[in-house]
Formats: sequence, C-alpha cells, structure tokens
Amino acid sequence: MIRTVIVTLLAGTLFGAGLTVGGMTDPARVIGFLDLFGDWDPTLAFVMAGAVAVMVVAWAVQKRLAHPLFAQKFSLPDRTDLDPRLVGGAVLFGVGWGIAGLCPGPGLAALAIAPLPAAIFCAAMLAGMALHRFGFDGD
Amino acid sequence: MTLPGFPDAAPLAGLAGGLLIGLSAALMLLGLGRIAGVSGLAARATGLADSTLPRVAAFAFVVGLPLGALVVMLFTGTLTPQFADPITLVIAGLLVGFGTRLGSGCTSGHGVCGMSRLSQRSLVATATFIASGVATVAIANALGLGFRP
Repeated sequence: MIRTVIVTLLAGTLFGAGLTVGGMTDPARVIGFLDLFGDWDPTLAFVMAGAVAVMVVAWAVQKRLAHPLFAQKFSLPDRTDLDPRLVGGAVLFGVGWGIAGLCPGPGLAALAIAPLPAAIFCAAMLAGMALHRFGFDGD
Repeated sequence: MTLPGFPDAAPLAGLAGGLLIGLSAALMLLGLGRIAGVSGLAARATGLADSTLPRVAAFAFVVGLPLGALVVMLFTGTLTPQFADPITLVIAGLLVGFGTRLGSGCTSGHGVCGMSRLSQRSLVATATFIASGVATVAIANALGLGFRP
C-alpha cells in the first residue's frame, strides 16, 4: 500500500512537472493549439508527441512483463466498442477545454500556479463529475 | 529554438514536458499496471469513481500534480499565466468534469495512454475532443467571445 502511494505521488509529481515545463498550465498555449483557423500554436502537439513516444516504448515493455513491478496484476481498460457516451462525452469535454483552455491535469497542476482560478475550475470539474455519478449515471 | 512560421511556439520545451509526462505514464503502467488518466484518478481520489486502486493512492497522484508544477516554478520562476473569468471557469469545469466521466477519459488517459497503444476508443475520443475544442475556439472567436490571453 505505502509503495503504491509512493509510486502514484511520484508519477503525479512528474506529470505536473511535465505539464508545467511544456507550457500546458498556461491556458493561452492550449487555446492557441485549438485555434487551428486563427493564430495556431503547435506546442501542444510536441508535448503529446513526446509523451506518446515514451509510452509506445512502455507498452512494448508491458507486453513482456508477467505483472507490474509493484503490483500483482495489470488493471487496464479492455473495451473496444464505440458508443454514443464516448463520443458525446468527448464533445462536451472539448467545449469546456476550448472555452477555458484547461483540461483536468493542467487544471489541478495550476492550483500551485494560480490558486484561485484553478480552484474555481477544479471545484466545478468535481461538480461535473458528481453530476455524472449521481445524476446521469447513478447505477 | 523557434519553429519556422510559428514564432510563439515552444517546441523543445513542449517535447521536454511531453517526455516527463510520458515517464509518469510509463511509471504508472509498468509500476502499477494502470493508466495515468487524470480525470479517472481525480474522480477516484474524491470518491466519484469506483476502482481497485486505493483512494489514497489516487489522491497522492492528484496532490503530485500541483507539487510538480511548484517544483518547476521554483527552478524556472514561471510567470503566472492569465486565466478565464470565474463564470467561464465554472462552465468549463462542469463540462470538463461531466464530459470526461461520460467519455471515460481526457487528454492523458485517451490522448497519451490510449493513443500510444492504438486503442480504437481512445483514437475516436481524442479526435472528437480536439475537433470539438477547435470548433469551440473558432465559434468563440467568430462571436468575439474568444478568451485568448
């Protein structure tokens, strides 16, 4: 248990550092990437490329492991079907992402950078998650 | 280094940040056998999602995010960027929270982890939220409502 918590704390810290180094905690960078038909800023594509490149290697290593280094088994998503919820959720998420230039990672990381606006965004995000949990999908 | 045609872009910083994010996701995958999906971990940390991952472990990941940002700021003295007004932040937060749960993931889970394993669901979700975000920014700009600090 304590080992699991140390790993997730380290992973979260690396993730938050990466977002900040890559400029993703600056909403202007993110909106700039989405402003494809205006003054386009491709920085986010480089962040995504760097992260995906490391993960392509990680998935190749994963296939050769019988179990994770600090856990007994892999707990990975295995769904392959496409459903309206996946697409509808992505559409709604994209609208929110576009109007404020924040997705969940940068929103949470920004708590250390601009506490008040980040806290407003994060509180609303948790409210949105709660709405899904208890209102829409209360099963 | 600047990118020809895009004087404001920061390709090297972007790539460096991406590598750190990739290392984080690789640590979650190879260390714990899990996806580094921030929306899912945030929901798990707050009790808004069920998972076999202990809540305290998800909470530690979430705490790590601002901690990592703080560490970078201490070294680089990053200037505070501008954020949208509170009403926009509330609407955006609600849409991001509801949408990422309905769509089973966000930029990290679908974008970084899913696309790198060529998951069909993640490829569709990522293409959809980028298209939706691009359309949102284009419409907001056309209406003169665009937030672009």
